Amino acid sequence: MEDVEHVMKLARLDLSAAEREEMRRQLSDILEHVAKLQELDTAEVPPTYHVLKTREIWREDEVRPGLSQEAALANAPRRRDGCFQVPRVAEEF
Amino acid sequence: MNYEVVIGLEVHAELATRSKMFCGCPAVFGGQPNTQVCPVCLGLPGVLPVPNRRAVEFAIRAALALNCAVASVTRFDRKNYFYPDLPKAYQISQYQHPLAKGGYVGIATPAGPKRVTIQRLHLEEDTGKLLHLPGGDSLVDLNRAGVPLMEIVSEPELSSPQEARDYLMQLKAVLEYTGVSDVRMEEGSLRCDVNVSLRPAGSAELGNLVEVKNLNSFRAVQRALEHEVERQRALLEANRRVVRETRHWDEASGTTFATRSKEEAHDYRYFPEPDLLPLEISPEWVEQIRSQLPELPGKRRRRLVDEDGLPEHDAAVLTASKRMADLYDACRAGYPDPKTVSNWLMGELARLLNATGRDLSQVPLTAEHLIGMWRLMDQGVLSGKLAKAVFEEMFRTGKDAATVVREQGASQISDEAQLAAVVERVVAANPKVVADFRGGKEQALGFLVGQVMRETRGRANPELANRLLRDQLRPG
Ligand SMILES: [Zn+2]
Repeated sequence: MEDVEHVMKLARLDLSAAEREEMRRQLSDILEHVAKLQELDTAEVPPTYHVLKTREIWREDEVRPGLSQEAALANAPRRRDGCFQVPRVAEEF
Repeated sequence: MNYEVVIGLEVHAELATRSKMFCGCPAVFGGQPNTQVCPVCLGLPGVLPVPNRRAVEFAIRAALALNCAVASVTRFDRKNYFYPDLPKAYQISQYQHPLAKGGYVGIATPAGPKRVTIQRLHLEEDTGKLLHLPGGDSLVDLNRAGVPLMEIVSEPELSSPQEARDYLMQLKAVLEYTGVSDVRMEEGSLRCDVNVSLRPAGSAELGNLVEVKNLNSFRAVQRALEHEVERQRALLEANRRVVRETRHWDEASGTTFATRSKEEAHDYRYFPEPDLLPLEISPEWVEQIRSQLPELPGKRRRRLVDEDGLPEHDAAVLTASKRMADLYDACRAGYPDPKTVSNWLMGELARLLNATGRDLSQVPLTAEHLIGMWRLMDQGVLSGKLAKAVFEEMFRTGKDAATVVREQGASQISDEAQLAAVVERVVAANPKVVADFRGGKEQALGFLVGQVMRETRGRANPELANRLLRDQLRPG
């Protein structure tokens, strides 16, 4: 339950007691399942970085037109001086 | 008790690409807010990032120049946190499989040369910019969000604020020489966070680490570290604990202060970025980039010492910036005396750059200007003293030396007849000093030469003035 509350804080989630209990149960199931997988000996298996077996796709360093300021801010609840206006978050990261 | 200082640096450099890391928006500075944005860098739903090939190439180039091993497979991860400078609520970064590891930067210390290990070099995207309003809200400009950024982390192997500064200077020089970044700390294209701790001399265990942020210049890095070392030393000597925390450097007061920060703030819940494939970096690509590396600062410094006979210190100063080193080479191509070239570049030029707060790219001065001035000095047309004024004018206006000399009437008076008239006047006006000299007081001559210089506003050829005065004053 501690883990659930920690993740809740990180993800800014507000869960009811019943929801927390359900999350705790689901998370334990997942962790138990992964623990079981980890019992396998994978020393000889090459790591899978990605499930797709395609080659990477590159972009050349070319500028392409984007959105106008008007379009960029179109869905902003509040704006000012060409910027998104948001409540101040004092926390420094 | 004796304490040992342990410092590590985390440097962020914006890559000088035309477009952003994962979208085609321009990466240049200075647009109106939110005019260099698109659905990808705004974090709108349903978009996919596509890596910029040149950004990866630049990072590989930097990694090779810093003697790192480049990974054959590298991967992006999501670094999750909530802050309005990141519209996606995560930053695409690299955690488990960085692009490169295990390089080094060489610095000079009083105890001899030292190699500072680079732990890792990885790619990530820059964040947007916040402007905090007095009323409590913040304004968000996402033009910088998604600009390619390279993070370079040193091992905690630096043992003084001076070493930290030297490491940073050297790192900056390498990035500038390889052309991968503009490396301007003042504009934020080069940023530096430091972590510093103290431990009893000889102890293997690290003390509590303090991270210091908001360092916007080389001077700030050194001053903040000096302050922080003293603060921690005072705490330890008073038998108090150093708190593990992030502190903010305040330039105005010259002190650091703690920033409020919750414990879970640094739990970023990294996980592999599912929208991007791992990058496979072929050995051929790496070798091709390696073969195109330019002459790096360390090698250039050696050349200036070994071939031009400059002192280590001078060579280090001249090669710390590529523009300065290039100017030195261009001057030497047209002028034979290394010492004259280095004296002027490190003296007058550095002084004026400092005084005007500009860098070489912003002044019209070229090697031709300097070479022209030195030739006029060698020909005796221009005195060393007046040359400084001529230099200042060239620095300011970009006019060549001959033009400035003509305009300022700064050419040296080497004409005997012209100077003899001045000498006569000076002798007539200073009978007492003349009598002193004739009475055997040799220093009196210096005063008279000074008077001749003054009369000619510094233009008299001093050797000629000296000889003419002696001729005049020789006992009948
Ligand atoms: Zn974009």
